[in-house]
Amino acid sequence: MAKLDKDSLANTFLIAVFLCLVCSIVVSSMAVALKPIQQLNKELDQKKNILRAAGMLPADQDVSADGRSIEELFAEFTVRAVDLQTGEYVDDVDVVTYDPIRAAKDSSTSVALSPEEDIATLRRRENVSLVYLKATATGIDKVVMPVRGYGLWGTLYGYLALDGDLNTIAGLGFYQHKETPGLGGEVDNSKWKASWQGVRLFNDMGQPQVKLVKQRSASTNPAASYEVDALSGATFTTKGVENMVNYWTGDDGFGAYLKRLRSNGLAQG
Amino acid sequence: MATQKEVLIDPIFNNNPIALQVLGICSALAVTINMSTTLVMCLAVIFVCTMSNLAVSLVRNRVPTNIRIIVQMTIISSLVIVVDQVLQAVAYDISKSLSVFVGLIITNCIVMGRAEAFAMQNGPWLSALDGFGNALGYSVILIGVALVREPLGSGTLLGYEIIPTVANGGWYVPNGLLLLAPSAFFIIGLFIWAIRSWKTDQVEEPEFEIAPNGQYKEAI
Repeated sequence: MAKLDKDSLANTFLIAVFLCLVCSIVVSSMAVALKPIQQLNKELDQKKNILRAAGMLPADQDVSADGRSIEELFAEFTVRAVDLQTGEYVDDVDVVTYDPIRAAKDSSTSVALSPEEDIATLRRRENVSLVYLKATATGIDKVVMPVRGYGLWGTLYGYLALDGDLNTIAGLGFYQHKETPGLGGEVDNSKWKASWQGVRLFNDMGQPQVKLVKQRSASTNPAASYEVDALSGATFTTKGVENMVNYWTGDDGFGAYLKRLRSNGLAQG
Repeated sequence: MATQKEVLIDPIFNNNPIALQVLGICSALAVTINMSTTLVMCLAVIFVCTMSNLAVSLVRNRVPTNIRIIVQMTIISSLVIVVDQVLQAVAYDISKSLSVFVGLIITNCIVMGRAEAFAMQNGPWLSALDGFGNALGYSVILIGVALVREPLGSGTLLGYEIIPTVANGGWYVPNGLLLLAPSAFFIIGLFIWAIRSWKTDQVEEPEFEIAPNGQYKEAI
């Protein structure tokens, strides 16, 4: 009798509904309860990546060399939204919730790139992106920009930091990529990342011309200041990173904004 | 009836889910590049496997036979989502590097296999022990693989440098193969070889005899 009862249609439905109810309550209450902590983690992670790109936070620690926390360090940055076309600040964008990468997927908030423009293989570029500015008493200390570009297996996402002269790279860091571990994956190597510091960006014509090379030119050669040592065994990744930096600092990326910032200073970008 | 000790200890060497049953290979390949991700994965599987066996065993007498697999799947997926959410909240960095593989515990054959093969027939306490033991057997192999892959592949263990690599100014040229998934196949293969040389009763009977080659005589 019990056996028959167990396999009856009514019992089947009863068990199915009951199980779904219990499981969905468990899963959704867990998700709702943990949501604030997860959101906090995500924001903290983003801040960490920005600070690491700017060279203000060591790679494996969560406090700076002088013991300041991530929140303290990040408080020195002002976040602004920038119209990439004109280089002007946009004020009607909530910089806390705005996501440039999501905006790039929506045809109403982004532009399609022609193959000639699209050296970093992005397909679409958002109209408005974010910049993270660190000011000193006299001017700009650091500018951090979100960048991305296609490597070998997928898009590399990261932050590029410039020094106050807007012509020298302060650092570059990636927070997401799919490159081969040990080869292209070495973009995360702290030694290699350190080699970006002090690299010059723009030539006399104002065009970015960073190059990743097999053998750096002699230091007396002016070309050497634009060069970074390439990653061995990772030609496509290297090429991708080179294109990415040149794209985002060029006219189709933050070029217009950087020009305005250079001529107008911090007061009116 | 199996005793508690057998149920718990057997899966570690005598009836290891990876080495003997050859289940759960997929995640063993993916997460063993670093020891830290491996350990987190092992803990996640131990939790899911124990809890799912316990839950399935508790409801086993009420569940209609024709929807039992779906019931097991639902229980397992709920547990996996819970683990994933908790990881995102407490260990964000590690959950990022584990990415999809936590979600893929749902399809880990060990969890499903133990629920169907053991928990559907046994009481809650024994089932929980069985789930724990099998997950432990899985963990032993995974940790073993990671112990080979991380030092030889990137010169570190748990992120600390133990062999100075060339990239960091040392002498060791990391073996790139060990960072790629196929290397785990080789290592697991070697483990299986070692375990079966030690416990010869695990060696499988050949499925067929190779017939003696008669053709060479005709050629003479």
